[in-house]
Amino acid sequence: MAKKPDPAGLNSRLLRKPIQRFGWLFLLPTFIAFCIGFIWPFMQGIYLSFCKFNVPSDAKFIGWENYVKVFKDAGFMNAFKNTTVFAVASIILINVVAFMLAYALTQKMRFANIFRTVFFMPNLIGGVVLGYIWSLIFDGILAAYSTYLTADPTYGMVGLVILVAWQQIGYMMIIYIAGLQAVPEDMLEAAKIDGATGRQTLLRVIIPNVMPSITICTFLTLTNSFKLFDQNLALTGGMPSLMIDGAKINTTELLALNIYSTYNISKNYHGVAQAKAVIFFLLVAVLAIAQQTLTKRKEVQQ
Amino acid sequence: MKQKQSKGSLILTIFFILLSLVWLFPIYEVVINSLKGNDAVRLFPFAFPNADTFVGFANYYKGMTFGNYPFLNSVFYSVVITVFSVALILLCCSMAGWYIARVQSKMSKLFYYLCLFSMIVPFQMVMFTLTSTADELHLDTPWTIPIIYLGFGAGLAIFMFVGFVKGLPLEIEEAAAIDGCGPLQTFFLVVVPMLKPTLISVGILELMWVWNDYLLPYLVLDITEYRTIPIHVQYLKGSYGTVDLGATMAIIMMAIIPIIIIYLFCQKHIIKGVAAGAVKG
Repeated sequence: MAKKPDPAGLNSRLLRKPIQRFGWLFLLPTFIAFCIGFIWPFMQGIYLSFCKFNVPSDAKFIGWENYVKVFKDAGFMNAFKNTTVFAVASIILINVVAFMLAYALTQKMRFANIFRTVFFMPNLIGGVVLGYIWSLIFDGILAAYSTYLTADPTYGMVGLVILVAWQQIGYMMIIYIAGLQAVPEDMLEAAKIDGATGRQTLLRVIIPNVMPSITICTFLTLTNSFKLFDQNLALTGGMPSLMIDGAKINTTELLALNIYSTYNISKNYHGVAQAKAVIFFLLVAVLAIAQQTLTKRKEVQQ
Repeated sequence: MKQKQSKGSLILTIFFILLSLVWLFPIYEVVINSLKGNDAVRLFPFAFPNADTFVGFANYYKGMTFGNYPFLNSVFYSVVITVFSVALILLCCSMAGWYIARVQSKMSKLFYYLCLFSMIVPFQMVMFTLTSTADELHLDTPWTIPIIYLGFGAGLAIFMFVGFVKGLPLEIEEAAAIDGCGPLQTFFLVVVPMLKPTLISVGILELMWVWNDYLLPYLVLDITEYRTIPIHVQYLKGSYGTVDLGATMAIIMMAIIPIIIIYLFCQKHIIKGVAAGAVKG
């Protein structure tokens, strides 16, 4: 019986057999590293979230106890709230500004290449270094009002949004530029001939056509802001730490930093930190998948 | 017509020039403060250095040994880790990506889907267990940490390589096979040249990640012995308040200048790489 034809023609019999014989060379090194660097730590991580442990070898299974502790942890809940607010603010700010910059730069502007170079530059500098630079700037500004960055949680959170926007706008702008350049010229021409105003062209022609870029950029900004760690650590480190309802809370901590600092409290918290990490993973995964299906559907409609 | 256009675009151009200056302000801050004494940085962080506050390159000399760790060592380890990790990722993942795209077996499909899955898993999920695994396997040196980067970074790289190989015409590779090329020759002599744009894109994305990564090397390496630039800078921050801010700014300056120079020379590739990476992702 003949096998189903391979429509993409990817499965060449001529190539397949000889390549397969070299599988140990082509696939195995990456696969082994992938097991060490991802699969094994991932599975062990899930198991350890149900354990009390100091190091993985002395783990004792304790069921859901760690998870119960996580949901009673005011610091984690506060970090969750912070992350949500931060994510919403930065996703909107970054995407709106990046799109506007990209739109302006694709309008045959003079020096457009130089501007593009400048706006992208902060991406090359690491989060830790950026945090240091910006803490100096914010402290310098706030000193004029005789206060400082870690005096009030609001300063730290607003500061973090500014820092991350400054860093990521250029990156998203590049993606939007690529999307805008791919809008078919004849469509724009047709809109012009039909007498569409600039605004109509933008809303009815350009935005539907750059929908794939919007999907990518919202996905990247969403996952970036949920996973943010370095900038958070270097800018405020979660400070100021305040007593709220009898619990000591690092008021500017996002989820990733909260997990990290939980692990460092003491060895009794290792299991709790790992349980937090599992919850964090599920949250990021669900958000990423939900966002993809949502905006993908929009793309198909257009 | 032309004049009408130029008036609006002139205003826009001026606006963009001002915006660019705002954008560059943090870097300007680092430059001016790296030339000032500690007290001047603390008290007047926005002031241009003057006769009283200008210290020349003293901060740069001091920065070399500042923070109880030689700065050049951290530069060396950062370079070693980044170069070896990116090279290893490009070599291994392009080979694996080609295998997955050309051999559609259950095993290769499973591996591919696991790679896609790994792309949405945040590092925090695996950081504790990855650290202990690396310790047990003695992968905790700058020379062996690239294996960990290969493992954790394989997802994106394989995803991009598989996507690109699937777009390559099969006939070229088949012709090579008919002419007597084995898989190794076919891959290195025929496929790799065609993969060049993807190699550059993946290389740039991985390079930006590894070079700036803080947490993975911090957790895995023995940091009394090995520090990368981000770890070095974070350690200075740890003693904020007592630290010499002028010297710190000089260190930051030395840390970002090479990157900016490389960027200015390769920006075409970098920007293309980012755009291509996003389209695939």
